[in-house]
Amino acid sequence: MEHLELFFKSIFIDNMVFATFLGMCSYLAVSKKVTTAVGLGAAVIFVLAVTVPLNWLLDQYILQPGALVWLGPEYAEYDLSFLSFILFIATIATMVQLVEIIVEKFSPSLYNSLGIFLPLIAVNCAILGGSLFMQSREIATLGLALNYGIGSGIGWFLAILAIAAIREKIRYSNIPAPLRGLGITFIVTGLMAIGFMSFGGMLTGGDEEAEEAPNTQVVKVIKTEDAKAIKMKKKELANNTKEIQE
Amino acid sequence: MGLLSKKDAALITDPFADNNPITIQVLGICSALAITAELKASIVMAISVLFVLGVGNVVISLMRNIIPSKIRIVVQLIVVATLVIIVDLVLKAFQYELSKTLGAFIGLIITNCIIMGRFEAFALANGPWRSFLDGIGNAVGYGVILILVGFFRELLGSGTLLGFKVLGDPIEKTGVYAFGYENNGFMLLAPMALIVVGIIIWIQRSRNEALIEEN
Repeated sequence: MEHLELFFKSIFIDNMVFATFLGMCSYLAVSKKVTTAVGLGAAVIFVLAVTVPLNWLLDQYILQPGALVWLGPEYAEYDLSFLSFILFIATIATMVQLVEIIVEKFSPSLYNSLGIFLPLIAVNCAILGGSLFMQSREIATLGLALNYGIGSGIGWFLAILAIAAIREKIRYSNIPAPLRGLGITFIVTGLMAIGFMSFGGMLTGGDEEAEEAPNTQVVKVIKTEDAKAIKMKKKELANNTKEIQE
Repeated sequence: MGLLSKKDAALITDPFADNNPITIQVLGICSALAITAELKASIVMAISVLFVLGVGNVVISLMRNIIPSKIRIVVQLIVVATLVIIVDLVLKAFQYELSKTLGAFIGLIITNCIIMGRFEAFALANGPWRSFLDGIGNAVGYGVILILVGFFRELLGSGTLLGFKVLGDPIEKTGVYAFGYENNGFMLLAPMALIVVGIIIWIQRSRNEALIEEN
């Protein structure tokens, strides 16, 4: 249950692009065509799935205050957390190089389709962001870290896929000249982010119920009202995006 | 302008408007959007990037002839990461509350595309002084957009600027609130940052037709 919740949360509620704006640069630069967007998205899922658990291990056994205690009791007071940026980014850069070499050796066709994107990924903020948020949200086990990596990768993939599809269509519409290209992409992303906000209320409900057991009825009423509001929002959003597309 | 030749001065002024890193080069969007709900956070972020980009450009430019091109990305990342750790520790020492709110986003300066983009595009091919000017120019161009977005989001969203209640008190109904004005809480939420930047791009491009993209 914990796993399922984290997975869902990292895809929809804490979506990398729409909730925390990570990886916006490549999101905007590589979303002109659906095929390239799929390539980059797949590469991001893969790299996140590798680097988040690796950095979790680093964080647990080297960086956290007192993490070096496995070396011996005299190391218990060391706090190396100020080194986390440099260690995380070094892991990511080397992992990306490694992945590039392995993919080139075993699957040249995949390498050709991902080729240019792999080096780009090392400087994609989504990757480092995944590790930094993993650290600041204090994810508890290695399995959860892997789960979080894959989940946020899929969230990023969904986002770039959606915007690439919209941009392919939007090319045929009559947009005010100064808004063409970058401007309209920003505004569409903003509207999509508002849409994704409607996922926000979904998982918090469980905690409230547990805490306020006597008032369950009230909570339920509020919940249905929330759900109605969310549905309304979604409808509005769908209309808005349609209008823009037209 | 005895210190700066005309060409050097252009390095500082260009990124300000017609070659702005955010609205034209599309670099460094992530942090520009995430932390601009308050003006103060925007200013601190702009100063941090100014420091990292200015110093980083000089360091990379000094090392440009001894870095093997195959591992240059790793070298660049290490240089930036070191500078960012300095910024992070300084913030933690003097502005602890703020460094809590900025949280992971200070660390994300490392992968801010502006920094890698300027290293690759400029510092690897130019001398230290010109690289320094380029770094400062781009960081200021970035900072201007950041502060602009932060200004509007804080003013319209919570009716304050840098924490001062410039529009009056919403609870006691003073200032403009006496006339029935309400804060637009939506401005504080993440999606509005995107829309504000979109509008800035719109205004800039309708003033300068040369920047309009082909469809």
